[in-house]
Amino acid sequence: MLELEARIRLGEFELNLALEVAGGKCLALAGPSGAGKTTALRVIAGLLRPTDGKVRCGGETWLDTAGDIDLPPEHRSCGYLFQDCALFPHMSARQNVAYALPDLSRQARHSRASDLLERFGAAALADARPSALSGGERQRVALARALAREPRALLLDEPLSALDSSTRSASTRELESLLREAGVPTVLVTHDFAEAARLADRIAVIDRGRVVQTGSATELAAEPSSAFVADFSGASVLSGSASPGAGGLTEVELDRCGVTVISTDPPVAGRVAVSVHPWDVTLLPEPASLEGSARNHLPARVVSVTSIGSRVRVGLDAGQPLSAEVTSVAASELGLVPGRPVIATWKASVTRISDL
Amino acid sequence: MTRLPWFRGLLVTALTVTLIFLTLPVVAIFANAPPRELIASLGEEGALEALRLSLQASVTALAIILAFGTPAAWFLATRSFRGRSLVITLVELPLVLPPAVAGIALLATLGPGGLLGGLLEDAGLRLVFETAGVVVALTFVASPFYIRQAQAAFEAVDPTLLQASRTLGSGEARTFLRIAVPSARAGLLTGSALAWGRALGEFGATLVFAGSFQGITQTAPLAIVQRFGTDFTSAIALSAVLVVVSVVILLSAKYLSGSAGKASDARA
Repeated sequence: MLELEARIRLGEFELNLALEVAGGKCLALAGPSGAGKTTALRVIAGLLRPTDGKVRCGGETWLDTAGDIDLPPEHRSCGYLFQDCALFPHMSARQNVAYALPDLSRQARHSRASDLLERFGAAALADARPSALSGGERQRVALARALAREPRALLLDEPLSALDSSTRSASTRELESLLREAGVPTVLVTHDFAEAARLADRIAVIDRGRVVQTGSATELAAEPSSAFVADFSGASVLSGSASPGAGGLTEVELDRCGVTVISTDPPVAGRVAVSVHPWDVTLLPEPASLEGSARNHLPARVVSVTSIGSRVRVGLDAGQPLSAEVTSVAASELGLVPGRPVIATWKASVTRISDL
Repeated sequence: MTRLPWFRGLLVTALTVTLIFLTLPVVAIFANAPPRELIASLGEEGALEALRLSLQASVTALAIILAFGTPAAWFLATRSFRGRSLVITLVELPLVLPPAVAGIALLATLGPGGLLGGLLEDAGLRLVFETAGVVVALTFVASPFYIRQAQAAFEAVDPTLLQASRTLGSGEARTFLRIAVPSARAGLLTGSALAWGRALGEFGATLVFAGSFQGITQTAPLAIVQRFGTDFTSAIALSAVLVVVSVVILLSAKYLSGSAGKASDARA
């Protein structure tokens, strides 16, 4: 269990956070740039001392400003993956990893570093300098280094932002299995809701130094507490199996929905994630006449109705969770209440496909 | 693009004049000293001794400067405290002090009747008219050249690397030795070369504080001045050797800091 309470002035606003992450769980701090996400990680790691605050991990107090406890970073067992990896440029990949193991003998350090690199699929890179590595390779080395000391908490700062789209999905899968394996509380910082949804068990949306809402990705998308969260918790993500369709389109048979949807994205085959923004989803009363230009129709049941200003976010269960956004007027005309069956419909051209 | 031929002409003229003014005297030394005479006058008593003393004293001074200056520069680069800019100004003071004044100041501090003279005497240490006094004078005059460069080099180290080192379980001392110093290598080398060059050429403070005794305190620059009145060829010969040594220092510093700079530019 990792606990953080922190209060610190950040430019024109105050960061005021209280977070808790259980062992083996991943909490995402998601929000726009400058919201204070990285500051929270720095406080946990001991790189920044808040005006008031507490950091506890696994029953050990790392910081308590009231009790005047403030362990230096080297005495907090934190694996920190920095945004740009922060590999030491004058050392090889193996030396970078070995650097985290100062207590071992030279030989033990060397072989343990090699083992770690191998575990992260970077054994072939052991003698390379960071400048010779690609973004994805650097990240693997940095992860091996961060985990070398078997830390009791893991802090990841925008782990996927530096990667190009071709290595991104592979890295996401690697990170996912790594987080399951590591079994320590993890805090992930990201400005990308989809990344948070993919990697984290819970998401805390931060804006101007405060948590505005905490919940699972589905909860945030279906029942956002504010317009900010509604806009931020962009797309619903549905899993399915893709196959190339007619006319250069891609057809995806959605899991547990009994429906095939169509996307204008280039044809692919295999397991994929289909994403669609709530504001692109139109709701029709059931039974509906399925005429019109929209190609995708998904029978669903209303689960929640949340008003955000003049808009209404509608949480749907179509075998998989899905969100739609309609105006308040439309919501009352359609009689949207939990339990009401509807047809969710959207165009093939707003349907995005990515690797699962 | 605007074309300003007259301005371009002005720039070329300015650079040409500067270049001639700065290099012609150095060239003249070699023009005035035929190689055979040069070598012959080096064999003369005292010349080689002065050179050896110069190298020995300047290398010792450089070692002292590195040992104290590096941690001091790290402190200045990484801490903010009250009076920091005053401390930095005080460290830089020897840069603007006339060398003769520096010698007088050292006498007033470490000389027989000086501020700490009694303490030194009790400890059985004598600096005035001794080789150790030369080292003290060189260290005093050359330190700021190194400390300034080192401080700037440490300030330019990517702070994320230092933070990463800390989160990987290394305290500040190990972070300093294993991460900060290698990352600042280019600047530290440049600073060392500047300080060494300054120490090698030091004249005024040494003369006032340590005197000019052949074999004990007479460094190469002092030997040159002593010969200049009586034996111009031998003065020129010693000068030529100093020019060669200085050029070698300058070039190796440029080469070393260039390759170190490349290594740290290619940063992850």
